Amino acid sequence: MATELFNSFMTGPDEKGRFGDFGGRFVSETLMPLILELEAQYEHAKTDDSFWAEMHDLWTHYVGRPSPMYHAERLTEHLGGAKVYMKRDELNHTGAHKINNVLGQIILARRMGKTRIIAETGAGQHGVATATVCAKFGLKCVVYMGAHDVERQAPNVFRMRLLGAEVVPVTSGRGTLKDAMNDALRDWVTNVRDTFYCIGTVAGPHPYPAMVRDFQAIIGKEAKEQMMEAEGRLPDTIIAAIGGGSNAMGLFFPFLDDTSVNIIGVEAGGKGVNQKMEHCASLTGGRPGVLHGNRTYLLQDDDGQILEGFSISAGLDYPGIGPEHAWLHEIGRAQYVAITDKEALEAFQLCCEKEGIIPALEPSHALAHVMKIAPTLPKDHIICMNMCGRGDKDIFTVAKHLGFDMKI
Amino acid sequence: MTRIDDTFAKLKAANKKAFVTYVMAGDPNYETSLEVVKGLPAAGVDIIELGLPFTDPMADGSTIQLAGQRALEAGMTLEKTLQLARDFRTTDDTTPIVLMGYYNPIYNRGVDQFLQDAKEAGIDGMIVVDLPPEEDDELCIPAQKAGLNFIRLATPTTDEKRLPKVLENTSGFVYYVSITGITGAAEAQASDVAPEVARIKSQTDLPIIVGFGIKTPETAEAIASVADGTVVGSAIVSLLENGKSVTEVLAFVKSLADGAHRA
Ligand SMILES: Cc1ncc(COP(=O)(O)O)c(C=O)c1O
Repeated sequence: MATELFNSFMTGPDEKGRFGDFGGRFVSETLMPLILELEAQYEHAKTDDSFWAEMHDLWTHYVGRPSPMYHAERLTEHLGGAKVYMKRDELNHTGAHKINNVLGQIILARRMGKTRIIAETGAGQHGVATATVCAKFGLKCVVYMGAHDVERQAPNVFRMRLLGAEVVPVTSGRGTLKDAMNDALRDWVTNVRDTFYCIGTVAGPHPYPAMVRDFQAIIGKEAKEQMMEAEGRLPDTIIAAIGGGSNAMGLFFPFLDDTSVNIIGVEAGGKGVNQKMEHCASLTGGRPGVLHGNRTYLLQDDDGQILEGFSISAGLDYPGIGPEHAWLHEIGRAQYVAITDKEALEAFQLCCEKEGIIPALEPSHALAHVMKIAPTLPKDHIICMNMCGRGDKDIFTVAKHLGFDMKI
Repeated sequence: MTRIDDTFAKLKAANKKAFVTYVMAGDPNYETSLEVVKGLPAAGVDIIELGLPFTDPMADGSTIQLAGQRALEAGMTLEKTLQLARDFRTTDDTTPIVLMGYYNPIYNRGVDQFLQDAKEAGIDGMIVVDLPPEEDDELCIPAQKAGLNFIRLATPTTDEKRLPKVLENTSGFVYYVSITGITGAAEAQASDVAPEVARIKSQTDLPIIVGFGIKTPETAEAIASVADGTVVGSAIVSLLENGKSVTEVLAFVKSLADGAHRA
């Protein structure tokens, strides 16, 4: 691979919003002035100490950061190889990493004088985080959610409504996350003056992929310090699950220039990447295209029509992936693998049994890959995986797959 | 000179406004769609915008979204959309065709290949919604080099500072989007549109065509009278959605064309 050609992997994106060939600003003219304004405002906020002071205050007192770095002793012993650590972002307020980013975007929206926040959501975690922060600041909140996801993530729909958000079930297209994103974009072109679009992952037009990454990078910054404290050195391997790629980018980014650290992203393999598109592994099973404002790897047919992914995990069910991941994949700085539904379910159960942690199905994918590689690695090899969400929202889905009747 | 330039020259000589229609290629199926498109010039249509179906049309309202889905379900592709243009050209070699859609199917085919095929199929220009001036290197510049018009959208959010950039590599005509919103949305008001058209006119000699939210012969007339012409899409597409016959669709198109040409 060509990684030795780079002085640093942390300088992207360029002024066109590109990471290599990926990213960009593929939006309609109506939105173009809005994303340029957002970029200018973000560039300003980024270098403003008072912006970060507000973020850190809320991260500490509202979210509960820093999240712990936990040595999973019994899991390590069970796997019999590498030493496994978990970055416990599932302990955040609202139960996932999503709120790290939402706080950043909402503080920015408030600085920009926006009074109405819109968001898309798949599993509902980003929707819940957005509804939560909007409630805290008294902002109007509208969440677009695929009709199919509204059905399979009912508890999160109720949470959002309790928090005062309007949840709009999206029936256009096939009624999934990508369609929710389309409808959020349609809302934004219609309500250009008062509305801020709070995107939940490192996708969308520039500056979103970079901005969301910067807000999530707190995960990797903390992880680095915590590993130094616990082990006196950096981990050998870091692993995270990938839907759009925000928890992964958050963990990976601060480690990109530490080339001794192996970086592994885990995509949702659904029923298996070899079968016909019953998965969401955009890098493993897709090819470059343009959707939702950026060029990246996409699941698509021969005509360039976008395909629906398939995964047991609603949070990974997206046919694209953040452009920075597409670039890290092409230059070989990070490695991307796929884990099937079945493997993720096994990891879910093992984590409950061995560690007393009920993980979300998304990080269960990352954990499943840890289970694959840890036994093959020496005991002094340190793995850090991102436990980016808790499994409360998933117990119904898992019960169904395990044949457990929840009514009893 | 493309067919688009010729058409505007003729309209100008006749002191007439342009009437432009949007229909989705392959909606509800190839044959019906071809019949509609072939009937448009006789119904008074000066320029045909041919929608290229895409699974994720993020700037379109439900009428055009559903039309795209119907077309895709009936097996429509970029290749068949070009074939539809070829079939149309066997009976009409003067009415301009502007392909309107999203970038991914084009990118997927390969830009050079697409431009060659489009030109050969008798396409005159294109409107690609998700390619703003910031991405001109992708398709706009290569299209102009290949002798095809690249028509850009100007919108109510395109401010003074930005307008020159939007106009810079535009050719054929400028499509002014009359509202902030998606296709098929609220009715446009001629009184809002007039000053915007004047604002754009002060910076370009290209014809300004106004679209989005025009649904009746009366609005078509009112809007055309403050611009160089007008576009109707969703209102026509919704007749196909409601199962109206080709004859009924074309009769409605004629009433709109008469409205626009009265202006
Ligand atoms: C717990 C959890 N992890 C991961 C994801 C996937 O998103 P991303 O790849 O952006 O982290 C989601 C999305 O809903 C989630 O809820």
